[in-house]
Amino acid sequence: MTETAGTAGTTAETAERETVTGGEADGGAFIELEGVEKVFDVRKKTGFLKRERRRVRAVDGLSFTVSRGEVVGYIGPNGAGKSTTIKMLTGILTPSGGRLRVAGIDPSRERTRLAHRIGVVFGQRTTLWWDLPLIDSYRLMHRMYRIPDARYRENLDRCVELLQLQDLLDVPVRQLSLGQRMRGDIAAALLHDPEVLYLDEPTIGLDVVSKTKVRGFLRDLNAERGTTVLLTTHDLQDIEQLCSRVMVIDHGRLMYDGPLEGLHESGESERTLVVDLERELPPIEAPEPARVVRVEGPRQWLAFPASASAAGLVAAVAARYPLVDLSVREPDIESVIAKMYAERAGA
Amino acid sequence: MSFSADRGVRRGRVVEGVRAYGLIAGMWIRSTMAYRTSFALTTFGNFAMTALDFVAILLMFSRVDALGGWSLPEVAFLYGLSGVSFGLADLAVGSMERLGRRVRDGTLDTLLVRPVPVLAQVAADRFALRRLGRVTQGVLVLGYALVVVDVDWTAGKLLLMPVMLLGGAGIFCAVFLAAAAFQFVAQDASEVANAFTYGGTTLLQYPPTVFALDLVRGATFVVPLAFVNWLPASYVLGRPYPLGLPGWAAFTTPLVAAACCALAGLAWRAGLRSYRSTGS
Repeated sequence: MTETAGTAGTTAETAERETVTGGEADGGAFIELEGVEKVFDVRKKTGFLKRERRRVRAVDGLSFTVSRGEVVGYIGPNGAGKSTTIKMLTGILTPSGGRLRVAGIDPSRERTRLAHRIGVVFGQRTTLWWDLPLIDSYRLMHRMYRIPDARYRENLDRCVELLQLQDLLDVPVRQLSLGQRMRGDIAAALLHDPEVLYLDEPTIGLDVVSKTKVRGFLRDLNAERGTTVLLTTHDLQDIEQLCSRVMVIDHGRLMYDGPLEGLHESGESERTLVVDLERELPPIEAPEPARVVRVEGPRQWLAFPASASAAGLVAAVAARYPLVDLSVREPDIESVIAKMYAERAGA
Repeated sequence: MSFSADRGVRRGRVVEGVRAYGLIAGMWIRSTMAYRTSFALTTFGNFAMTALDFVAILLMFSRVDALGGWSLPEVAFLYGLSGVSFGLADLAVGSMERLGRRVRDGTLDTLLVRPVPVLAQVAADRFALRRLGRVTQGVLVLGYALVVVDVDWTAGKLLLMPVMLLGGAGIFCAVFLAAAAFQFVAQDASEVANAFTYGGTTLLQYPPTVFALDLVRGATFVVPLAFVNWLPASYVLGRPYPLGLPGWAAFTTPLVAAACCALAGLAWRAGLRSYRSTGS
């Protein structure tokens, strides 16, 4: 696509900039993707000097829009194209085809201009300076992003208070725990008041307390500042507690776009009750619609709809079988998507 | 809203890059200065390590009177020029050799989401003031050479001194930059890069007359290290040029440096573009 070339491109850009600063009061599309593609050539060694070339469509004709102020969960199995999409939205990667705009800016062409308006948190790697105290990274961001002093102070104070960073500011980043570092990274991404925040696996590897803190902070950020948030995650609770909208991607294509409840319906997601009996017994005759899906010695797995109550099922089993212990497992995204897949294939 | 984006864009990318370089390098210097003893020790270590190089040359001269027809003061002159030029380049952009690691572990992505040129961030990364140790050692050897060497100083020769030191630093910067660009393609190539950077400066510590002709040709026309010191030093010392090059060749160091930096810059851009289209 070369529709923005030469002088035509310049005028188009000016027009776009005006729209942006003029205020998208109507809540128009803030992030826009139209048939976006990303094709990689993967070379595999097949012999001493032989190389096999294979084209991989990491993102395959992706189209969606996100309005200002939305909190969107972007989920899918590993290798589905989530990170590739985020990298294109931030300008790290250049799309192979299609049209992509964030705040009216083409990310791959004006990466550094866009950088002032977006915040990015990579769960797996830090954007902070590893060997320096946390506060040094913030001071550098202050100058690098040309954040006005008052604004910087205000944003920093707020992040320090809400993310509880007081005691961590003078600690070198490499000495922080994963949860502390993640909080530090989130603060770093927000000092320049970005209009959109991308989070790639923000709660991966965090303990329950840290997860709760991070989620609470993000919820408040969206509510108070109207920051648009796009997050990828493997954790269904992230989505449940934060996102009004979910997009499921697999093999580079959008499989589902809508509220979380709809995803559960379309995927018929199931919870699992794991029970430990006193001894090995034949499969439990559970009340419908629950059913035994696996037996391993005295332990049995029962699947039941996510919408049904676990209490009734537990009571029914406990009344008729010698129960030692039990636990309930929530459906994870992988299994929801796997079911969704199976059903589409069957339909 | 974005209070600074538009203002930032109109500024030239070069100005932006230099500013970002200054900010990042400044942060590392402040951080280094927080531990002055450690800084003094590592700088001295850097100094002592490079000084051993010159001790090796002194030992050689305790056995022979000349190396390839060059006397000790003349070799010291070459050594000092090469040491200072390389030391300055190493101080300014030596951190770029870590690029391959950044590509491999994916941390280059974190530089790409910041509003300043990636090149500036990579060059200033972990700015190591201790590398002044190498520069200091080069300056001392050069000072010694200038005192003992037998030269009829003319205005041209005096003018050539700062020109060749800065031009030489420019050539070494280009080598660092090209080596970094190459690491976009081959992430484990930092050893290859070292052959041209650290290897290059070692090569230049000895007169061209001790090397095979093909090596001298390669160091003149392929990777033009000869313009760092061999040619201009031959002019200053009144010695015949290697490869019978014309007399004015000694004065082309700054031009060669500019051309090398431009070429290396193009290679860098191509490397970064390839990274952004393949993500690896």
